[in-house]
Amino acid sequence: MTYLLARARFVFAAVAIGCLLALASPALAQQAGATFDPQAEAVNQTMLLKQFPRIQGDINQLDQRARVLIQPDGRKWDFFHEVILHWLGAIVIIGMIGLLAAAYFILGPIRMSGGRSGRHVLRFSGFERFTHWLTATSFIVLGITGLNVTFGKLLLRPVIGPDAFSAFSQVAKYAHNFTAFPFMLGILLIAALWFKDNIPRKIDIEWLKQGGGFIKSRNPPAGRFNAGEKGVFWIVLGAGIAVALSGLLLLFPFYIANIWQMQIAQVVHAVVAVLFVAVILAHIYIGTLGTEGAFEAMATGEVDLNWAKEHHNLWLEEELAKDRAADRLDHPSPIPAE
Amino acid sequence: MARMKFLCDADRCIECNACVTACKNENQVPWGLNRRRVVTINDGRPGERSVSMACMHCTDSPCASVCPVKCIFSTADGVVLHSKDLCIGCGYCFYACPFGAPQYPRVGNFGSRGKMDKCTFCAGGGGSEVPGSSEEYAKYGANRMLHGELPLCAEMCSTKSLLAGDSDVIAQIYKERVITRGYGSGAWGWTTAYREDVKV
Repeated sequence: MTYLLARARFVFAAVAIGCLLALASPALAQQAGATFDPQAEAVNQTMLLKQFPRIQGDINQLDQRARVLIQPDGRKWDFFHEVILHWLGAIVIIGMIGLLAAAYFILGPIRMSGGRSGRHVLRFSGFERFTHWLTATSFIVLGITGLNVTFGKLLLRPVIGPDAFSAFSQVAKYAHNFTAFPFMLGILLIAALWFKDNIPRKIDIEWLKQGGGFIKSRNPPAGRFNAGEKGVFWIVLGAGIAVALSGLLLLFPFYIANIWQMQIAQVVHAVVAVLFVAVILAHIYIGTLGTEGAFEAMATGEVDLNWAKEHHNLWLEEELAKDRAADRLDHPSPIPAE
Repeated sequence: MARMKFLCDADRCIECNACVTACKNENQVPWGLNRRRVVTINDGRPGERSVSMACMHCTDSPCASVCPVKCIFSTADGVVLHSKDLCIGCGYCFYACPFGAPQYPRVGNFGSRGKMDKCTFCAGGGGSEVPGSSEEYAKYGANRMLHGELPLCAEMCSTKSLLAGDSDVIAQIYKERVITRGYGSGAWGWTTAYREDVKV
């Protein structure tokens, strides 16, 4: 039995080899006739870069990023970071500061036309103010340390010198990377707390048509948040999510992104961030210098009754309708301790 | 002044990785880092080519341009050096580098990459250390240029595929090879690094 099996195997192998040789012989003959041209099938960089923006291959090293041999887009990213971003950032931020200065000196701050009533109504609870200031302080830290990456070498380095600037930038880098987390928490809390009151309504169109609070003679009706505030809310939410997601990609480099995606993440992060800073500058102006009586809403949480009447009349009516608010008006509240 | 460049003749590279080893040993490059690597395109398929790559010491180097602390610069010989004292490990040079040259001691979560390390053309470091000193050696590796020697990777290349030296000289050597043997897959990376190619 064993002998027969071995015999059969031998015959089969002989037939197989014979077939292979028969098939291969024309090919062998052909190759011997032609001259060997190593260039015929060889790759070259011009051809490869036309097919794909990066040249990649295989490598005997553990670091898989090293598989990318050439990525000329690095120069494009350099152009974005050193030219486009510098101009965009400078125009947007200096432009916004200019606009706000013009608003302050030409239009002037929006005063309470009825003066102060001396009576207060609660606008933001302690937890709401905590959420605001958690986000605000982390935003300021992130903004300054982030702008330092782009503009520090132009503005700060010549002033304090290379060694001090590097030491500061090192600390700023870690501050930026870790302050990101309270900021992201703040964004989540803002979304949870104020989502309902920021859903756009018909009344917002009317508010926008009347020019919002910027035309002093008019006080368009508004609920808890007017169309401008709703705009800030949605910008904060949208930009906050965009910088958070792109920032997480940068915090964990090359975990899920390759070199091209890392560059895109940085571009999104930087562009959204400088626009975000400009919008928040406007938000800070309107909430402090620009509108009399607005800042106390986030400071003590209570606003003057006349301020509420002028800026958020519908919300005030709702509040007054509630027993809680009514009680408080019957017994004027003392100045809160905070 | 010479303009120092690398040129990898891919038609000669046999992917032996001797350049990688020579570099690691000569410069005592820390564990896990490789200043030079060999990438094989179309590995095992027709038209396969291997290219040895490290910092190309670019003209208008994008790494130096994007560095937020300006710690990277070009020397008079066109060698791109950096100061590890000033580097903050932000990783931007890696995003800008067309050749994946910058290396970092750690993975880099939360920006903890450590000081950037890269090929110095065996020309020491760009810090304040005395050229040729043991301090410079510990931080940046060998300073062969100080003694008129070229990078060891190219000097040890078994097939003389990797050329290092003055731009005009190595371009001329490559041109002669291409003319003699009748083919050449080009000076890899030159158009990106130096905005010029070797015309044959």
